[in-house]
Amino acid sequence: MTETTADLFDPGADETGGGQAGPASRAIIVSYGFWIFLLSDFVLFSGLFASYAVLSHRTAGGPGGRQIFDLSRVFLETACLLASSFCCGLMSLAVEAGRARATYAGAAVTFVLGAAFLALEISEFAGLVARGDGPSRSAFLSAFFTLVGTHGLHVTCGLVWLVVMMAQVASLGFRPKVVRRLRCFALFWHALDIVWVAIFTVVYLIGAR
Amino acid sequence: MDEHANAHAAPREGAQRALRAGLVSYLIGLGLAVALTLASFWAAGTNLIWSPGVPIALAVLAIAQMGVHLVFFLHISSSPDNTNNILALAFGILIVSLVVAGSLWIMANLDANMLPMDQLMRMQR
Repeated sequence: MTETTADLFDPGADETGGGQAGPASRAIIVSYGFWIFLLSDFVLFSGLFASYAVLSHRTAGGPGGRQIFDLSRVFLETACLLASSFCCGLMSLAVEAGRARATYAGAAVTFVLGAAFLALEISEFAGLVARGDGPSRSAFLSAFFTLVGTHGLHVTCGLVWLVVMMAQVASLGFRPKVVRRLRCFALFWHALDIVWVAIFTVVYLIGAR
Repeated sequence: MDEHANAHAAPREGAQRALRAGLVSYLIGLGLAVALTLASFWAAGTNLIWSPGVPIALAVLAIAQMGVHLVFFLHISSSPDNTNNILALAFGILIVSLVVAGSLWIMANLDANMLPMDQLMRMQR
């Protein structure tokens, strides 16, 4: 490709990027920034996954994954989170169409399914702690509680964020600012589902074997 | 990442079409994700697969499902608005694989070179 002076003064003019359209829109920039945050969150989780993978057989005489993991519960959790993610997608469509009632309905189902996931996880943790298999039992359980608990904390934050966003939709309506925040929320919620895919595969399915 | 950004500005028919296209995309994503999830849980419990190969099968299914989520739910695509997102994703994947593979490699190496615990205790005495 030969570079003419015109190309130098107007880089990307013949590309399909933002050359002719000018700078990227606010919506694209905000999504991009939030995407960078999500990737940094994935890096955080990668550290936790690495420590879990290293410590997963260090049970110190305590129970291993095969003894404590209940795959039917994990399947239910997975179904809740996936359905919640799908409803969040439907909510995004309602937001883009500017339909308030459909948005509230989508958000409500998203919230209930997310809360159901969280309840299942908390009951699993509570059962383990009650049996004396808390995070202090072995290195394996420390890593397990840290990894799965961090994901659970993210889900909790997401639920709080969802409530805040619905309050903003109710008070401010579908202003561009609110719509951008809702898009960021949707990205966050879908990203949590990606992390959960890694967790149920690495921790539960491989760990229970 | 926001294919419906212009839905407000577009005429009503265009908005309807965008809505339907979005719905179809989410439904395809859900269908694929459900199929891959079911396949994962099936593969974990079956005797049909050679058992040392099961973790590899699970890893492949998980990576496929993450790809499905990225494309159909997070709307990472090859559209020009997405170039930066994809570059950032590639960098993120690089860092994540370095952290995970590097940690496993280093710790396995240390583990293999470490004295058995009882000998270590004897030496410290």
